[in-house]
Amino acid sequence: MDYESVIGLETHVQLKTKSKMWCGCANEFGAPPNTHVCPVCLGLPGVLPVANEEALQLTVLAGLLLHCEIPGYAKFDRKNYFYPDMPKNYQITQYDKPSTRNGWLDFEFAGGISRVRITRAHLEEDVGKNSHFDRHSGVDFNRAGVPLLEIVSEPDITSADMAYEYLNALKEILIYGGVSDADMEKGMVRCDVNVSVRPRGAAELGKKIEIKNMNSFSGVRHALEYEIPRQIEVLAKGGQLTQETRRWDDAGGVTETMRSKEMAHDYRYFPDPDLMPFEPSASWLEQVSRRVVELPLAKKQRLMREFQLPASDAQTFVWDAPLGNYFESLARKSPNPKSLANWVINNLRAQLSGTGTTLAELKFRPEHLLELIELVESRKISNSMAQQVFAAMFAGGEAPGAIVEKKGLAQVSDTGAIEAYCDQAIAANPGPAADFKSGKSAALNFLKGQVMKLSKGKANPSLIGEILERKLKQ
Amino acid sequence: MLNQLTTWQLAEKLARREVSARQAMQACLDQIQRVDGRLHAFLSCDAADALEQAGQADHALASGAVDKPLLGVPIAIKDVIAVRGQRLTCGSKILGNFISPYSATVVEKLREAGAVVFGRLNMDEFAMGSSTENSAFGATRNPWDLTRVPGGSSGGSAAAVAADECLAALGSDTGGSIRQPAALCGCVGLKPTYGRVSRYGLVAFASSLDQIGSFTKDVRDAALLLWAISGQDSRDSTSVPQPVPDYAAGLDGNLKGLKLGLAKEYMIGGLDPQVSAAVQTAVKHLEKLGTEIVEISLPHTDYAVAAYYIIATAEASANLARFDGIRYGLRVDGADPVELYRKTRGAGFGAEVKRRIILGTYVLSSGYYDAYYLRAQKVRTLIRRDFLEAFQQVDALVTPTTPTAAFRAGEKSGDPLQMYLSDIYTISCNLAGICGVSIPCGFTGNPKLPIGLQLLGRPFGEGTILKLAHAYEQSTDWHKEKPPLNF
Repeated sequence: MDYESVIGLETHVQLKTKSKMWCGCANEFGAPPNTHVCPVCLGLPGVLPVANEEALQLTVLAGLLLHCEIPGYAKFDRKNYFYPDMPKNYQITQYDKPSTRNGWLDFEFAGGISRVRITRAHLEEDVGKNSHFDRHSGVDFNRAGVPLLEIVSEPDITSADMAYEYLNALKEILIYGGVSDADMEKGMVRCDVNVSVRPRGAAELGKKIEIKNMNSFSGVRHALEYEIPRQIEVLAKGGQLTQETRRWDDAGGVTETMRSKEMAHDYRYFPDPDLMPFEPSASWLEQVSRRVVELPLAKKQRLMREFQLPASDAQTFVWDAPLGNYFESLARKSPNPKSLANWVINNLRAQLSGTGTTLAELKFRPEHLLELIELVESRKISNSMAQQVFAAMFAGGEAPGAIVEKKGLAQVSDTGAIEAYCDQAIAANPGPAADFKSGKSAALNFLKGQVMKLSKGKANPSLIGEILERKLKQ
Repeated sequence: MLNQLTTWQLAEKLARREVSARQAMQACLDQIQRVDGRLHAFLSCDAADALEQAGQADHALASGAVDKPLLGVPIAIKDVIAVRGQRLTCGSKILGNFISPYSATVVEKLREAGAVVFGRLNMDEFAMGSSTENSAFGATRNPWDLTRVPGGSSGGSAAAVAADECLAALGSDTGGSIRQPAALCGCVGLKPTYGRVSRYGLVAFASSLDQIGSFTKDVRDAALLLWAISGQDSRDSTSVPQPVPDYAAGLDGNLKGLKLGLAKEYMIGGLDPQVSAAVQTAVKHLEKLGTEIVEISLPHTDYAVAAYYIIATAEASANLARFDGIRYGLRVDGADPVELYRKTRGAGFGAEVKRRIILGTYVLSSGYYDAYYLRAQKVRTLIRRDFLEAFQQVDALVTPTTPTAAFRAGEKSGDPLQMYLSDIYTISCNLAGICGVSIPCGFTGNPKLPIGLQLLGRPFGEGTILKLAHAYEQSTDWHKEKPPLNF
């Protein structure tokens, strides 16, 4: 029998705020343990949470970027469970009234565009981090109370690869919108997977299995690549699957049972009486909606359409948004956006990364790049000359015309001068000249090179070819 | 005897430089020395720190500070409100030797007003109880009769004010924990409207019901303290941006045109005849003072105690989860975190706290949530509506504060339900989020025990109930009576 898998993802992303969700402590990775803590995020007796305005905004912004509805009423609830990394032994989250719901995410997959529906994106708080040493354990509460966005997808994902691409697209959108830095290395993104299998085409879903403890997107992919065949094998052998939570063992490359349905937590959710319901006003929503940016996929498609860029160039400008913005600001004034894209990607980007310079530090004015391209297109300078001119303007900020002038780099298109060089080259190299006449066309390139040398690189290459051929065929 | 003064009387004497703040503080410390061995109102009292603060107040007075209404006035604090650098036990063993690294907003506000904030007052563990017998550090006794309870949970605050161990005190009221002990000890106890006073620094019992309030020797003091501690606080999202009026200035004795409601549902069996008679006399007196008495109905009164014990325990079960032995307080080690939690919480919490955590955990459990917690919240809405409708007809309600005067120590501690019913008149006020004040309105015969009259007001209607309470008080002598304390 043929089986299909049904996958839904719960992705936790730390929001890019200056301070934590309920207090003024810095939301900053990498500080020494328990240095970004205060009575509130340590859960000392008597403290109260106060919601971070920026976190509320970023949550709704994420919802807008994911095409979600923004309900007029959201609230915070307490999710009760005991764990040493939880200062209050309840986590403040949004249970049945999330800030955003019912959206979708489009992304490129398998040569087309796939859509995964978003059930909800809600706001909650991160917990501390446990460390285990030889003889004792420790908890670092720097992370406790960092605002966390949980994005729950519908079970629209059908394969490990699709899950992987969905996650990458999601991450890109959140980084793009300024919602999160989504830095995996810093633990800013964490993922739980719900996966079941069923005979292809069956109406009913199979037993849902949740996999926890994956800290990278490739981990999610590997876990699914292990888990889907495992489930299929159980069913194919006539076995039964039971609803359970499994843990991904990254080193072993296997999933293993963590707890069964019977052992599932009863989180005893109830509305947090310390926080008022969140009812965004029209003007507040308007303020947040002004922060909405063009989505990466939409931008890529637009760049391809508007400027006839190849997909790879468009993608480069999506990934490197400042470079993309630089390109776009010039492309509208450029008669040839495609060659502008080449210059920006192949020359400008290389110089920037080679010298560790940022766009803001560029010495030349953006229009100078257009001028340079114009010099090449009108054959005033050759391509190789243009490289030198670009290097000079990058270094000194002068206009390309002035550089060409100063260095005498202008291409020689004066046929009289080129004819003289050609005669000289033919006279000095009778062998290759004879070779060409006897049909060895490759000999022409040698002679062209000689002419170029004589002109000190300034002769217009296409003119050289024309004149040499005419003279040799005489 | 400076410790017997009201705060405004002492403030006047201090301003005139007739006495010093140090003398006043010393008078309180002397009284504590004399009576607290029997009363046990204080869990601890840092005398050196108190005198140091009083000395600073004297310096300020000497340099002409006049804009601080409580400058140099000793005010004691229930041990559930955080004071930086002081122990915070909540009457529980589970907090161990925890020292608070921060101060509650009300404490900061009292200090801004010049008060000498001192002492940690006894209470039922985590404010759960009505007799202060649930303190892990021993019960407080009633100054009027040492065989009787002072009420609770703020029994230490009530006893300390009644016995002149301080000039005023702060307490907290979740279902009557200020008004009931104030009634049983014969002082003025004010529970402000929910959101009137910041809860930041108040260790939560039931967050949607808790409110900090005052114990004072007269109504003017209640007005002064409320003015000092009220106002919106950026650290408490549930505090309300309502302007804070000069409550004392509103105590003008003019009750003309005010309507007082008597709830027919409050005339219940179990109401002590002496209490009933005193309250009826008080109502007639209020009528003579110019108010109109109107019978009103609060039809959902019967469900208040049940709804309260579901909502309060549900919230408490989460609020008290943080006491786990991991970060602070008592720790009893175990082989794994779960064993550590079990042993720590098993050893650290008393029986009543455990009972309420278990009840609260149960009512929130999957499968029971709708039948208990959700239904209780609906009842709460109906109770609030009852009050808001009543306040369409009247300006305040008048009730007994408690069904009986102070009961004997041990009398109800074996029967939690009987104990819960002693809060029957006070609980609805917290469910509705309105304000209430208890003032002395008489005494029982033999033994002589105080009786409390409760006035309930509209949300943010403290000005009205204080005006009523003040007019009544000023035309009676009940508040001038002092417990004998002749041990």
